[in-house]
Amino acid sequence: MHDNKAARLGRRTVLAASAAALAMPAVARAQANPLKIGIQSIFSGPIALLGTSSRGAIQPEIDRINAAGGLLGRQIQPIYRDSKGQPQEAARVARELVNTDGCEILLDAEASSGAYAVQEVVRDLGVLCVHSNSETSSLTADPKLRVATAFRSARQGVHDAIVGGAHSAKVATAKKLSKWATCSPDYAFGRDTTAQFLEFLKHFKPDIEVLSQGWPKLGAPDFTEVITKILQAKPQALYSALYAGDLSAFVNQGNVYALFSAMQVFVPAMGDLPVLTAVKNLPAGIQSANRYLPTFPATAENAAWGAAYRKNNNNDYPTNWSWENSTAIRFIEAAVKKAGSTDGKKAAAALEGLTIDSPFSTTGKVTMRAEDHTLIDYAIGWGTTVPKEPFVIDMEPGDWGQIAELEKEWKKSNGYI
Amino acid sequence: MDLDALLDCVTSSSCLVTQTTSGLIVGMLLFMVAAGLTLIFGVLKIVNFAHGTFYMLGAYIAYSTFAFTGSYILGVLAGGLGMAIFGVIFERVLISRVYGANVLMQLLICYAVVLICDDLVKIIWGPDFYAMGMPPEFQVPPLFIAGGVVPPFYIMLIVVALVIGGGLGLSLGLTKIGKIIRAAAHNPNMVSALGINTTLLYSLVFAVGGMLAGLAGGLAAPVRSLTPGMGFSILIESFIVTVIGGMGSIGGALIAAVVLGLIRSFGTIGFPLFTEGLMYIAMIIILVTKPSGLFGKEIV
Repeated sequence: MHDNKAARLGRRTVLAASAAALAMPAVARAQANPLKIGIQSIFSGPIALLGTSSRGAIQPEIDRINAAGGLLGRQIQPIYRDSKGQPQEAARVARELVNTDGCEILLDAEASSGAYAVQEVVRDLGVLCVHSNSETSSLTADPKLRVATAFRSARQGVHDAIVGGAHSAKVATAKKLSKWATCSPDYAFGRDTTAQFLEFLKHFKPDIEVLSQGWPKLGAPDFTEVITKILQAKPQALYSALYAGDLSAFVNQGNVYALFSAMQVFVPAMGDLPVLTAVKNLPAGIQSANRYLPTFPATAENAAWGAAYRKNNNNDYPTNWSWENSTAIRFIEAAVKKAGSTDGKKAAAALEGLTIDSPFSTTGKVTMRAEDHTLIDYAIGWGTTVPKEPFVIDMEPGDWGQIAELEKEWKKSNGYI
Repeated sequence: MDLDALLDCVTSSSCLVTQTTSGLIVGMLLFMVAAGLTLIFGVLKIVNFAHGTFYMLGAYIAYSTFAFTGSYILGVLAGGLGMAIFGVIFERVLISRVYGANVLMQLLICYAVVLICDDLVKIIWGPDFYAMGMPPEFQVPPLFIAGGVVPPFYIMLIVVALVIGGGLGLSLGLTKIGKIIRAAAHNPNMVSALGINTTLLYSLVFAVGGMLAGLAGGLAAPVRSLTPGMGFSILIESFIVTVIGGMGSIGGALIAAVVLGLIRSFGTIGFPLFTEGLMYIAMIIILVTKPSGLFGKEIV
């Protein structure tokens, strides 16, 4: 009896040991075979904030997924690479991340110039890629540039132009502002964004006259001559697509010329916390879009996300790029779960038209539009600056129905559809 | 090209006043950086590609001092003093080892310092940009002179830059140490043979060059964004100034910087899409017609 029991236990032990032995390689494989996601951005140089504030949002999302058991049972291993803002380097890094480092998914947190280069690499390699920082519309709007496995989780220039045009026309009509000037950085983004803004401003208010256009160099230390040129033109309103450090310098230099009391100023990129907090004497009354504001949308989820970002990042403020990258990881997570695979084609099919919960939307949900692989329904609106927190008040959300309608017309006029 | 707008501007007192003061302020800050660059080249024949870094560090030191003490003057002085010390260390530890060496070697050392300092700034102050903000004493409305807009802060900057530039010029021309520096620029071996400590002299030149760039960084900090790598763009323009003015000529640097500032301020009205190009055209014309620069034969 004793012997039999011992024998039975022995058999159970053997069976359990066998099961464990069979399971071990799977566990070991899961631990030894992490899901590598290649993340490239600009981590050095004057616009390193692009990369650092992207990473500041990406890493907590990955930590959250890993703490909950990973994705498809595999721990996510991010591999960060610095492209230094050079498109050729961005393309090389993307290829290396997939071919050498074994990344199965790319999160391209490059600026637009780099994103276009990465797009062509993705076309060749066929991996799932989410562009998280490029706002230049043609990347996903132009069917010639579109790639089956590439998506955009960033806001889009044409969306901002439509909402900005509608809001600015409303303010311009109320304040009778017909004479305008512009001041934007002298490269593709600045010129395209300004042209699109004026196009939609004139759509809503046709009697706009542009008296002066200034094109300072990106990263220019001094805007004095551009500011004085604007003052000489005596416009009633000014639009500027300057952003980040350039915008901060422009506001500080404009202040000494009392520029902001001489005309109504519209600056879409003003509503980003690093700018708002860096400008020491923020003029009241600037019309600004939201880039990232913890107060817009005014929800507990958004405020909590903003607070968590600061807690995770030495009290640094999140940027527009932060929420775009948080969104990228959430879409990757949802798509891979839905597809049950990291295969580029399968995950892309799952991502097309996918809607997820999001703190960055006035409706609580954002969607990856199937037809052009771009993000819609995110929070987009304009408000008015005040010198102290919350810095931008009276936010008016854009109308996504109107955005969709005018975006379609814009695509038609550009031959995209 | 908008020649009508340019003509309207030069015949309008308000535009003339506004754009001239705008050109002067751009030019004077440029002069302060370029003066140090040209001084170092004049005496040591070193093309200091790290000079923009002095400007950047001066601005950051001024920013932190201002944040700590609330005094703009202390901030500017700390920026200048800090960079004078940094200039001496830079010269003694690195540059002194490549005197007479290939220019490529000097370039590599300077470039390495630029990259190291950019990264150090990121570690110490972070990758975000900063703005000092206008000191309370200058938070005043602009003056209107003949219809033109002139900010009091910029008048102060122009005066301070002129005083520093004038003081430097007088020191080099009239004082004993100035004469020794000029002599060293002509014939360093003879100066050394006369028993003068050239090691100390060279360090002093780097200290003065660094101090000028640091002061410029500190003076400009209230109106410019502080970012890692901010010294690069001003370095390029400073080189244009030194090339036009003549490598080694302080007076040439002053005139070239003011000319460049005026090209920018009036060029942005008449040639809005070609303002940068105008600066380089001016440089090419000088290089072709007078390769040594406007005052190139004057050494210091």
